[in-house]
Amino acid sequence: MSLHLRPGSVVFENITKKYGVVTAIDDVSFSIEPGHLVTLLGPSGCGKTTTLRMIAGLEHPTNGRVIIGGKDVTSLPATDRDVSMVFQSYALFPHMTVAENVGYGLSVSGLGKQETGERVEEGLELVGLAGYGQRLPSELSGGQQQRVAVARALVLEPEVLLLDEPLSNLDAKLRRKVREEIRDLQQKLGLTAVYVTHDQEEALAVSDRIIVMNRSVIAQEGTPRELYEKPASSFIADFIGDANLVEGEIVATHSPNEATVRIASLQCNLPDRGLAAGPVKIAIRPDCVLLEKASPELKGIKGNIIHATYLGNQIHYTIDSALGELFVVDYRIDRAITAGSDISMTFASRGMALLAS
Amino acid sequence: MGAEGGKFVRAAFLPWLILGWVGFAVLPWYLVEDGFWAFQWLIDGYPLDSDYAPALVQAALGNVWLFPLLLPLLAPLFIIRKTKTDPDYARVLIISGGFGFAYLLAQGFIVGISGWEYTALENLFGPMNSRQYGMGYGALLTATGFLVLFTSGLAAAGSLRGDVFVTSAIGIVIALVATFVFLPVGKVLISAFISESGTYAFAAFGENFFTRKIWGLACITTTASCGVAWNSLFLALLTGVSTTLLGLAFALVATRTDFRWKKSLRTLTVLPIITPPFVIGLALILLFGRAGTITQFVSDLLGVEPGRWLYGLPGIWLAQTLSFTPIAFLVLIGVVEGVSPSMEEASQTLGASRWNTFKRVSLPLMRPGLANAFLIGFIESMADFGNPMVLGGNYEVLSTEIFFAIVGAQNDQGRAAVLAILLLCFTLSAFFAQRVWLGKKSYTTVAGKAESGAHAGMNPLLRNICLGVTLPWAAFTLAIYGMILFGGFVISWGRDHSLTLQHYSNAFSVDWAEHGLHWEGTAWDSFWTTITISAIAAPLTAALGLLTSFLLVRQKFRGKNLFEFGTMLSFAIPGTVIGVSYILAFNVPPFELTGTGVILVLCFVFRNMPVGVRGGIAAMTQLDKSLDEASLTLGANSLTTLRRVILPLLRPAIVAALVYSFVRAITSVSAVIFLVSADHNMATSYIIGLVENGQYGIAIAYSSVLIIVMLLAIFLVQRAVGERKLRRDNRLEATSAKSKSLKEKQA
Ligand SMILES: Nc1ncnc2c1ncn2[C@@H]1O[C@H](COP(=O)(O)OP(=O)(O)O)[C@@H](O)[C@H]1O
Ligand SMILES: [Mg+2]
Repeated sequence: MSLHLRPGSVVFENITKKYGVVTAIDDVSFSIEPGHLVTLLGPSGCGKTTTLRMIAGLEHPTNGRVIIGGKDVTSLPATDRDVSMVFQSYALFPHMTVAENVGYGLSVSGLGKQETGERVEEGLELVGLAGYGQRLPSELSGGQQQRVAVARALVLEPEVLLLDEPLSNLDAKLRRKVREEIRDLQQKLGLTAVYVTHDQEEALAVSDRIIVMNRSVIAQEGTPRELYEKPASSFIADFIGDANLVEGEIVATHSPNEATVRIASLQCNLPDRGLAAGPVKIAIRPDCVLLEKASPELKGIKGNIIHATYLGNQIHYTIDSALGELFVVDYRIDRAITAGSDISMTFASRGMALLAS
Repeated sequence: MGAEGGKFVRAAFLPWLILGWVGFAVLPWYLVEDGFWAFQWLIDGYPLDSDYAPALVQAALGNVWLFPLLLPLLAPLFIIRKTKTDPDYARVLIISGGFGFAYLLAQGFIVGISGWEYTALENLFGPMNSRQYGMGYGALLTATGFLVLFTSGLAAAGSLRGDVFVTSAIGIVIALVATFVFLPVGKVLISAFISESGTYAFAAFGENFFTRKIWGLACITTTASCGVAWNSLFLALLTGVSTTLLGLAFALVATRTDFRWKKSLRTLTVLPIITPPFVIGLALILLFGRAGTITQFVSDLLGVEPGRWLYGLPGIWLAQTLSFTPIAFLVLIGVVEGVSPSMEEASQTLGASRWNTFKRVSLPLMRPGLANAFLIGFIESMADFGNPMVLGGNYEVLSTEIFFAIVGAQNDQGRAAVLAILLLCFTLSAFFAQRVWLGKKSYTTVAGKAESGAHAGMNPLLRNICLGVTLPWAAFTLAIYGMILFGGFVISWGRDHSLTLQHYSNAFSVDWAEHGLHWEGTAWDSFWTTITISAIAAPLTAALGLLTSFLLVRQKFRGKNLFEFGTMLSFAIPGTVIGVSYILAFNVPPFELTGTGVILVLCFVFRNMPVGVRGGIAAMTQLDKSLDEASLTLGANSLTTLRRVILPLLRPAIVAALVYSFVRAITSVSAVIFLVSADHNMATSYIIGLVENGQYGIAIAYSSVLIIVMLLAIFLVQRAVGERKLRRDNRLEATSAKSKSLKEKQA
């Protein structure tokens, strides 16, 4: 592969972006290391696209600094930034062939015909579209168009590759395949990539790190695992994987960083996450609620099954209990419990986390 | 990528500074009497003769007030080695460009043919012996240079994200519109407040404004006529609606049916715009007037008295609908074609019937096109002068009233100006109503996500209605043109119908003389002038119009609404007023243009530019913005993006703008009548002269020739610019259609 990438870092310093009275981004700071794929994740309207467009230079922050590859590019327009973007709609030029699309950036930067042609070939080969150069975009499937958009961005050897919801126009089956391809390509080339999505599963699957945004600010930032296992807030716990949020109490804290927590009639030890004794919220993953048919000698929390849904490899339960309504996923198909039964619950501590808020 | 793309090159302003110097130190500063392009001045005493000298020499010869222009020409030399991030770079450019431009203009307005233009200055500084004439190419280049230096400075200071091209484009468009729209209109409006004694007075305005002649409502209760304001408004509404509906019907037939002759239909609908307006009126009179062919036929058949129904509202409405439907068609066809097939398919797959698909999906997507078509029909009707002139009868409208106020025995400029202001209010209201109606919805249909598919067919009922309306209308149009063509070959219409070629040989005979070809016919002079001037004006109009629409649709900048208003203003002003205003504004230095061909070109460019702008806007709002953004993130600057991505996708709009502006330049009458001169006579004013002399034969023959020439031009432009290729099948269809029409021709 003769792409000569110099992956760059991206730093946001106290960025605010206002559109008139609407604040789309509110005092956001983060940094992205070279060679990493970082996902901006969050519900629709939280400011992901705006953030991405400010990295690209298509929008300019109202306040703050953008630093790419160590250079302050805050006032540089998109044209002068060493950043390429794959648009949600792909934005392929409909009047140009695939090869002309991929070669566009090279030819406007003044590269000769011969060399442009060679690099276009390489780019198309990279995304598995060798031989498709003479087609028009309208003659390709959605997945192929998407790959052309990626090739077009990559042949410029950008410091940073930006992808705005790149899978949203693809059908579900294709999505998994394409996201793996994007991830493989990114790792193979050592690219810095910023990836926008509202789909948490997609984010967990492709990212080195995830920045979760909510209402114009960063809600939490970390590796997929950190976000899943140590959600900082009920928003994160709920947004990344499902979670049951229940009330409990920290009875005592003891070193190293452990707390004894009481939930209704149960007690367990969990990482304290810096919290002091007192009432606390706890997130419990649905697959970490363990159900048994109720019997007098079990000391779990009592409850009743409202719904039981069979899904082939798992069963979903809705439980009514003293903690409120809980959602439970159980993989022990052979031990299915029918709706209406009384049960007794315990929790596996690997799927529990104390929440600061 | 940066450095190769030339982004960090120093002194990118250098070409513009050089331009400024060339204008100042090389080219003749003032207007050259016998025409610059004759180059007679080169051997007639240039560079020392005060008629031809460049500004540097003029200053030395005594026009000392030109010396200060050296300062802003020298200052940028000091920052030639600085990069554009240096604060001095922006500062020096803004100050020198801004000062240079302002000073250049100011000295032009202050020092005129007889020294000081303002007595206050004369009192202050004493009388001046020197004088100066209108500015020439030297001044033009220097002013352009200063302007771009100024905008480059603004861009370097961060305006519009530092985009020099966009900043300069906005600056240039503003300067042009200010000079060639606002200045003349301003001169006319000022005269609305001048009383007969020549002093400024608001009473003069009120007196002219609140009269029964304008606002009377007598026609509702009695047989007397209403005020001109109501007449104009009613007529314009009728015409706007009828042209839009007919245009839509034609556009649907041309794109959504398999009707056999639809290609010919397209050509047919173009006919009326390539016709000078009074010709349609004339032909209608020949058919439906009291002595008209059809009137006679019907009255013989039914034994009724021939009526005068044609003269008045029905006649004008008919003529205007004939004249302006094709414009609506041109606007709508691009939009109807642009509606993405996948959206129609989407609707159909959702279970909608074809009628529902049309009503709920296609029609709403065509809203910008419909609104534009209506707006154009409305304004064209308001400003139309030829048809009310010929067919008006007792039905008086604003445009003719303005003409008679100026040209008539009254010669009342104040009254004309008041009527013009009123007309402006109407057209501007239409403009704002359209904005509100369209709202902020997205009408993007050409997205970057390529698609294939076929347009939905039409619901049979709708199809039959469209065909039922368009076919008779097309036949009617054909009949009118038959009359026009035939009329050139008979000796005397209505009296002696024997065939003759005499009219054509009078106008267009050529002779092989000793020195080669000799253009003997009487029409050749005005013919060649018309072709040359229109051919110069058309590409300028299209370029300026599309550039402006690019700025309006794709760029965000402060004062954009005002900018849009300015560029659309000239469209709302009837030709008669434009003609008069140009004479008022460009008869004296610093812009001394009357009697030249340049004034005609300028008049056409700024009158027709709004159509290019509107067409461009309608087409460009259908292009997904992420296409431009993709181009920008790929390292192209905005000029390259415009050239390589947007323009190729705008080909239909370009064709429309080129064709329209060329044709309008050839056929326009109302403004031209005021601006032609002995050296630069235009075909239409020549033909009107013939009509006034009663030489109908030659007049009609000449009109036919013009029509044929314009048809040819349209065909050539369409061939040259070509169709846009988005879907392979589209292209195949286009080529097969072409070969088919070729075959038809050979047959
Ligand atoms: N050009 C704009 N003008 C005004 N508001 C905007 C504009 N672009 C985005 N916004 C607002 O900023 C917020 C964030 O938008 P966006 O970044 O597109 O969200 P996301 O991509 O996360 O769905 C939204 O409330 C949106 O309405
Ligand atoms: Mg988004």
